[in-house]
Formats: sequence, structure tokens, C-alpha cells
Amino acid sequence: MNNLISVSNLSKSFGSEDALSNVSLDIKRGEIFALLGPNGAGKTTLISCICGLTTQTAGNIRINNYDTISNFRETRKLIGLVPQELPFDSFESVYNTCQFSRGLFGMTPNDVYIKEVLKSLSLLEKKDLQIFGLSGGMKRRLLIAKALSHEPKILFLDEPTAGVDVALRKDLWELISNLKKKGVTIILTTHYIEEAEQLADRVGIINSGKLVLVKDKADLMQEFNKKSTIITLRKKMQRLSKELKDSNISLIESGNKIKYISANGESNNLQSILNYLSKKKINYSEINTVNNSLEDIFLELIEKNEH
Amino acid sequence: MNIRATLTIYKFEMSRFRRTIFQSLVAPIITTSLYFVVFGAAIGSKIESINGVSYGSFIVPGLIMLYLMTESINNAAFGIYFPKFTGSIFEVLSAPVSALEATVGYVGAAASKSTIIGLMIFFTSNFFVTHNIKYPLIMAIFIALTSISFSLFGFIIGIWAQNWERLSIIPTLLVTPLVFLGGSFYSIDMLPQFWQQVSLFNPVFYLISGFRWSFFGNSEIPIEISLLAITVFMTLCLLIIGLIFKTGYRLRT
Repeated sequence: MNNLISVSNLSKSFGSEDALSNVSLDIKRGEIFALLGPNGAGKTTLISCICGLTTQTAGNIRINNYDTISNFRETRKLIGLVPQELPFDSFESVYNTCQFSRGLFGMTPNDVYIKEVLKSLSLLEKKDLQIFGLSGGMKRRLLIAKALSHEPKILFLDEPTAGVDVALRKDLWELISNLKKKGVTIILTTHYIEEAEQLADRVGIINSGKLVLVKDKADLMQEFNKKSTIITLRKKMQRLSKELKDSNISLIESGNKIKYISANGESNNLQSILNYLSKKKINYSEINTVNNSLEDIFLELIEKNEH
Repeated sequence: MNIRATLTIYKFEMSRFRRTIFQSLVAPIITTSLYFVVFGAAIGSKIESINGVSYGSFIVPGLIMLYLMTESINNAAFGIYFPKFTGSIFEVLSAPVSALEATVGYVGAAASKSTIIGLMIFFTSNFFVTHNIKYPLIMAIFIALTSISFSLFGFIIGIWAQNWERLSIIPTLLVTPLVFLGGSFYSIDMLPQFWQQVSLFNPVFYLISGFRWSFFGNSEIPIEISLLAITVFMTLCLLIIGLIFKTGYRLRT
């Protein structure tokens, strides 16, 4: 798998504020890359620089070996962009706005293809409706349809499922998976870690304009593989006794629960906790064990980065 | 060249014009008719002919210029400001479209709309006065140059404007007074000497005067100066637009 997008030492400043600092990143052909980060981390700025909406202060971006500034026609024709907001000329019809998007990329109108795209997004029956007559979810889908109208090889999805219901979110996930199968390279930013966990091949974490980490999702999950065990007590515990003092053991929810984090299958401490509770005749009603999610990993990395 | 993109923008803008065709065309026609009733028949009948031209005929070039200029500015300014306002401009900016291709699309559509309106006013005036246009080719050149250059000016205003108030402030507070004071409805010979001198600083005066020359073969200033004035204005607008796209001013962050 070779690199389709190469970002080298990219920086962007707005006045004295650095939105991106020396970001270098390679996106492989045909992968789904999830870019995670808190609000204001620089996700949208990075996408905007790649798509030509924002001019970088330093560094360069190459797409399919073309520079995004000196060869903007070659690079932009490969890209479809789905922005975070819902920007439309609301008085235009669904069908016409898709043909408009296609025409901007220099392509001849293609009735069959546009109808196919609209059908795949369950918008075909709405094709003659004016955009203002669509629901929020339909508008979100229409943005994707517009971005796909010129048959792009790269699709940027900036928070594609923000504000959509669960059913639509699952539909969009399926659509994204199908696009990957067709060979489209997908870069998505999201606040829903579950989304990245479900879809991404690789994950990048950005914070304060710096790329903190880029890893295969599977490797990341393995490296940070931890389990959290929550023991719900029948009676509140005031504080942890000396025997339970350990950095991985804590009292939570005002002493009603004990939380124990174990790494890489280690379970000695759990046995010690259960032995202690048994010895002290402290009853518990429930024991729950959950695997560390990408969200936990994300929060941990962000926290480390900020310290 | 991405000519298809230019055509796409052009058609998109013209379809907006078709959607509002009634208000776009009927309003100027009604207003023009009122001008002829008030100025041509009611007041005009009390005014002697100007340079051998009846007052009703005299105001026709001025009226057409008034609409050409204001409609060109309004259409072009709205055409680029509206996608900026809704955010949908991102599509044009992220597409393989050059500054020239985008400008031709937006400005071409705005100029076409104002030309259609200008011609409608001309045809409407035929119901009230008879015309014998002396230089139809010069008239066509003036219409084309005026609609294109003022559409370029409107395009600049649309990019510069950051809210609806700013969008209308220059057309309302600057252009309309300049057009009215540029001799649309009178010859500057009718003004006191001081105001005649002041009128020479009004660039719109040169355009109206030149356009009137194409109708009647006489005007207050030579036709060459009028053509030079509109060419200089258009060049200036093109240079500013070139600079806007080069720097990304109020388009790209």
C-alpha cells in the first residue's frame, strides 16, 4: 500500500496563534484514516489545508505525488469533501445541486451516476425537492452525495455523523465501508470514538495543533490494552485500606464502588481485592469488567500530551 | 482550462435569475414606465428639448445606464456573497477551478442578467418614445463594457462584505447618488457653472455621456474619453480581483 497523501512539516498560524505545528503525516492508498482530537485541536484546519480552503504558513502537501499548490487541478480533482456544517443554497433542488458539484470538477453531467449516488443514500425519491425541504439527516446525506458526485478517489469526512440519529449513523458507516471496498481512500474526523473504532484502519491523534500519535488501530488497541473492573459494594467504603493501596485501585462514586485497572491480562490484584473483601466481610453486589475502549486510550494520550 | 466549471457556475447563477424572473424583470419595467409617465409626460412636457432631443428620449440612455450599473453591482455582489454567507463557497474553493474561471462564471452571469434587464428597459421605452439610434454598435459596446465592469465591481463588494449591511452600503450610498448626479435625467449644461465642474469628477457622468452619444450622436464630452474611462475602471477592477484571489482575501483562511 503506497502513500496517496503526504503532509510534510505543515504549519498554519492565524496571527500569533499556531493552529498546526510542524505536522507530518502519510495517508495510505485505500485506507480509512481516523483523525481524533478535542475541539480546536486542528483537525479541520489540517483538512482545509489539504483541500485548498486554507493556505499553509509552512510545509508542503503532496497528493498522488502532485503538490497541492502548484498542481492544484491534479490534486483537487481527486478529492471529495464533506464539511462539518450544512452549507447549501437551500432553494436549489437535490438533483441539480449534485450536478452542480460534478460540473465544478469539470465533468459532464451524468444522470445515471448521480441517480445511483442518490439511491445509495436513500435520496432518490427526494431528487426534485428543494434542499430547504429536507430534514437534517437528509441534508447530511446530501452533502455526502455532493462530495461523491465527481467520483473522487479521496473522501474527507469532517464529523460526518455529528447530530444524526443512531440508525442513520449505522447506515453511513456501512456506506463508508462500501466506499473503501471500491478503493476510495477515506479520512474522517470524529468525536465519536466508537466510529473510529468501528471503521478506521489507522488512527491519528491531534492535540493543540500537534500530531501526537499515528498508529494502526489494532496495534494501538493492543498496546494500550487494559481492563477496568468495577466492584459495586453493598455498603459504602470511607477510604481504601493500606492493603489495597495501589495506583491501579481507586474508590469511585463516593466510595460505593472500587475500580481496578489491569494491564495485559494481569489479575493478581483483583484476587487480592476479592480476598480482602471476603476477609473483612464486605459484601458486594456486582463485578463488571470492561475492555479499555479507544476513547479511554484517546483520553489517556491527550492527558499525557497536556502534561 | 476548466471551462465546464465556468459554465456550471454561469448556469447555476442564471437559474437563480430564472427562479426570480418575475421580480427581476417586472419591477424594473414598472419603475421605468413610471419614470416615463412622471418625467417624460408630466414634467417632460414642460421642458424644452435638450440639444434637439425631446426630454422623454433624452432620459432613456440615463435610465438604461442606471439599471445596468445598479443591477450589475447587486447581482454580482449577491452572487458571490450568498455562497460565502451560507458557507457553500467551499465547493468552488476546493474544486479545480482557477480564479479566472470562477470570476468569469459569476461576473458573466451577473452581466448577462443586467444586460437582459437593460434591454427590457430599452424595449419598454419604445412604448413611450420613438428611437433612432445613431450608433447601435457603440451602444452595444457600451452596454457590454458597463455591465461587465460594474459586475466586476459588484463581485469585489460581495467578497469584501462581511454582512448584509455592508453588501448594500456601497450601492446605496455611493453608486446610486453618482448615477443620479451623473446626468441620467439632465444635461450638465443645465447646472450652474460650479456644479458643472463638480460633475466632471463623477466617473459615472462619462459613461452616461458616452452612452447617450451612441443614441443621439452628441454628448457633453468626447466619446473617446468615455470609452477610456470605462476601460480604466474595468482594468482597475480586474487588478483588484486578481489581488484578491492571489492573497485569498476574505475567501481562503
